[in-house]
Amino acid sequence: MSRTRRIATVPGAGGSVAYDLPIVSAHTRRLVLLLVALTSVVGFSFVGAGVAAAQDATEEPGDAEATPEAQEAAERDIESVVGTLKYSDEDDNDVAVEGVEITATNADGEEVATSTSNEDGTFLLEVAEPGEYTIAVNPDTIPDGISLRSEERGSTTFSLSPGQQRTVLFPLVEGEDGGTRGQVTRLDRLPQLAWEGLKFGLIIAMSAVGLSLIFGTTGLVNFAHGELVTFGALVAFFFNVTLDLPLLIAAPIAVVVCGAFGGAFDRGFWRPLRNRGTSLIAMLVVSIGVSLVLRYLFLYQFGGRTRPFGDYAIQTNTLEYFGVTMVRKDIWTVAICTGLLVLVAIALEATRIGKATRAVADNKDLAESSGIDVERVILVVWVAGAALAAVGGIFLALNEQVNWQGGFQLLLLMFAGVVLGGLGTAYGALVGSIIVGLAVQLSTLFISSELKNVAALLLLALILLVRPQGILGRKERVG
Amino acid sequence: MNWSIILESTLEAMVSKNAVVFALAAIGLNIHYGYTGLLNFGQAGFMAAGAYGTGIAITQWGWSIGLAAGFGLVLSVLLALFLGLPTLRLRADYLAIVTIAAAEIIRRVVKSTQYSSVTGGSGGLNGIGRGFYDANPFNDRLDLGIVDFSARQLWFIVVGWTVVGLCMLLTYLLVRSPWGRVLKAIREDEDAVRSLGKNVTWYKMQSLILGGLFGALGGIMLTLEQQSVQPDQFFTPTTFFAFTALILGGAGRVFGPVVGSMVFWGIIQFTDVFLRESIRNDLIPTSIMDGVQAGQVRFIVAGGLLAALMIFRQQGMFGNKREVALDGH
Repeated sequence: MSRTRRIATVPGAGGSVAYDLPIVSAHTRRLVLLLVALTSVVGFSFVGAGVAAAQDATEEPGDAEATPEAQEAAERDIESVVGTLKYSDEDDNDVAVEGVEITATNADGEEVATSTSNEDGTFLLEVAEPGEYTIAVNPDTIPDGISLRSEERGSTTFSLSPGQQRTVLFPLVEGEDGGTRGQVTRLDRLPQLAWEGLKFGLIIAMSAVGLSLIFGTTGLVNFAHGELVTFGALVAFFFNVTLDLPLLIAAPIAVVVCGAFGGAFDRGFWRPLRNRGTSLIAMLVVSIGVSLVLRYLFLYQFGGRTRPFGDYAIQTNTLEYFGVTMVRKDIWTVAICTGLLVLVAIALEATRIGKATRAVADNKDLAESSGIDVERVILVVWVAGAALAAVGGIFLALNEQVNWQGGFQLLLLMFAGVVLGGLGTAYGALVGSIIVGLAVQLSTLFISSELKNVAALLLLALILLVRPQGILGRKERVG
Repeated sequence: MNWSIILESTLEAMVSKNAVVFALAAIGLNIHYGYTGLLNFGQAGFMAAGAYGTGIAITQWGWSIGLAAGFGLVLSVLLALFLGLPTLRLRADYLAIVTIAAAEIIRRVVKSTQYSSVTGGSGGLNGIGRGFYDANPFNDRLDLGIVDFSARQLWFIVVGWTVVGLCMLLTYLLVRSPWGRVLKAIREDEDAVRSLGKNVTWYKMQSLILGGLFGALGGIMLTLEQQSVQPDQFFTPTTFFAFTALILGGAGRVFGPVVGSMVFWGIIQFTDVFLRESIRNDLIPTSIMDGVQAGQVRFIVAGGLLAALMIFRQQGMFGNKREVALDGH
C-alpha cells in the first residue's frame, strides 16, 4: 500500500494561505531570504578565515620533545621525520627504548636514511627531498620483552612536503607479540567493540534526534543535517584552536552558535519556503543543494585536511574495565551523550513545549487547531536539533578529528538509524542509532573495517523489507 | 583576461565528455523523477555499475567492448532490483535515502583494498577498451574557428551524441506508448492507477531499471572516453550534478536532460576557467581564492543552482510547471 501523496499534501494547506498574501510580502520575504543567505555566507567566511589562519599556526612543525638536532633540521628547512620510541610500564611511567633501528624508504623502494634511537628513545631521519616515504622500524632491533602493539603499526607511509618535519609514532608495549593484545579471539574483541559501538551509536543518536524531529514536525527529510554536525565541530575548532580557548569553553559556545544558526536557518530559509507552498519533495531536493553548498564552503575555508582539537586529542593513559580498554574522553563522551539524551526525553515528556512537539509530530493540523503555535514548535525543534547535532559533531571530532565532511559521512548512518527506529519519532532515532552504531562496530568482527558501514546499509534494507515503519514507528506513517 | 580561452573551453565543455555522460545519466533520472516521480539519489551507483562492469570484464576477463558493456548493463539491472524491492512499496523519501546510501557504499566497496585485485582499489582500472579509439575513422583535427577538436575528441563526440540521440528517441517512443502513460499516471496519482488494476510497484520497478540502464550507459561512455575508471568519480555530487542538469533543462521533457546537461557543464566550465583566469591575472588575490579553491567553487555553484531552481523554477527551461510540481496541491 503506497500513499505517496497523502502525507505530502499536509503542508499544502498552509501553503495555499501564503498565496493570498499581497505580492509585496512575497518580495519582502524573498529579500529577507537573500539577506539571510548573504549574511550567513559572510559570517561563515569570517569564521573560515580564522580557521585558515589557525591552520598556518598548527602546521608549525614545533614539537616539545624535539631534540636539538631535530630543531636544527626543522630550522634548516630539511624534510625530516622524528619520533620517540617508548612504552608505558606497569606504573604508567614512560620508558625510553634505545638502540632500535628506523629506516626511511622512498617511493622507488630505495632505502634513503637510517637512524637508531638514542638514550631518550628519540630518532631523527633526514631525507634529501620531499616526496612519499615509508618509515619502518626494524623489529629485530627491538629489545627482548618489548614489542610493537601490532605488526601493521611497524611501518607507515606518507608524503613530506618541502621543508616539512613530521612526527611518527610506533606504539610499543611490554611483552612479546603486542603484549596481551597479541592473540585475540572474536569473543575477546566483543566487549571492546560493543563499547565502541555504544559510544558511536550515542554520537549518531545525538546528531540524529534533530533529523527525526524536523521530519516529524515539518515533513522535511533534511539532507543538509550532516552539515549541521560538521558545522558544530568547525565552530568548536575555531574557538578552540584559532582563538585558543580551552575546549571545555569552546564546545558550549559552538553549541550555542549552532543552535542559533539552526533557528536562523529555519526562520530565514525553511519557513519562507513553507509559506511559499514549496512541496516536500522540492524541499528535500533543496536541502540537497544546500548540503552541497555548505559542505564545499567548509572545504573551501577549512581545507581538505583532518585536524585535531587543541585539547584531549591524544590521551595515552588507558583505563581498563571488564576487558574493555578506554581513555577518559570515551567515558565522558558516553556519559555526556547519555545525560543529554535523557534530558531530551524528559523535555519531550514533561515540558509544555515537548508535549506540543509530540502533538505537532503526531498531527500537525489537529495541533494547530487546538491552539499550538506550530511555527514556534518548529523553530524550537530546529534550534534544539541543530544544537544537539553540534554536540554530536564535537564528540565525533573528538574521537575522529575535525574534517570538512565528517557530518556528511555520518548522515548515511543517521538515516539508517532514524529509519530503523521509525522516521519521525524521537525515541526511534535513539534506539535505531544505537543499533546502527553497534552494528557498524560489531560487523568488524567478520568483515574488513573499511567496509563496516556496509553492515548498516544492509540492516537498513532488511528492516525496510520486514518492518518498513521501523522499530518504534507506526504503520500509517509509511504510506 | 583571455576571453577567447574562456569562450573556447566553455563551448568545448558543452559538447564533450561530461556533457554526454551527464546527459545520459540525466535521461535516466528523467525516467525516474520526471516521468514516474521516483527519487533516485543514487544515479552515481548505476553509473559505477556500468563503468566497473565494463572495466572489470575488459581488464580482468578480456571481453570485447560490446560484451563488457552488456555486462555493465546487467549489473545495473541487478542493482535496480536490489534497491527497488525493499523501497518501492514505500513513500518516495525511503527510496531517496536507500539509493544515496547504496551509491556511497558501492564507491567505498570498489575503493577498498579488500577487493582491489578486481576493482583496482583507489587507483581504479586503467587501459580499458583500446579498441574504442582504434576504431576511430577520423584522422585530422577539426577546426571550427573558435573551437577545435582533436581526432579522438571528434570520435567520442560523434559516438557519444549518437548514443544520446538514440536514448532520446527511445525515451520519446516509450513515454508516448501506453506504458509511458501508465508511468505518468503513477506520477500524478498512484492510487488512481492502482484502482485501475495496474501493478504500480512493478511499473515503478521497470522505470527504476530503465533509468538505471541509461545511467549505466553514461558510466560506460565515461569509461570508454577516458579508458579508465576511478572510484571517486562516482561520489555523491555526481548524482546531483545529473539531477541539477535535469531540473535545469526541465524534467518530464525528452530534450530537458540533454539541453540541461549541456548548459550545466557550460556554466560549470565557464565559472571554473573564469576564476582561474582571474587568479592568473591577479584580479582575485590568492588570499581569497587559490587554484585549489577555484576547483571547489563548481560544487557550490551546482548546489546553489539546484536549490534555486527547485525554489524558483522547478520546471527549468522547458518543463511544464503543472507536470513537475510533484505532490503539489
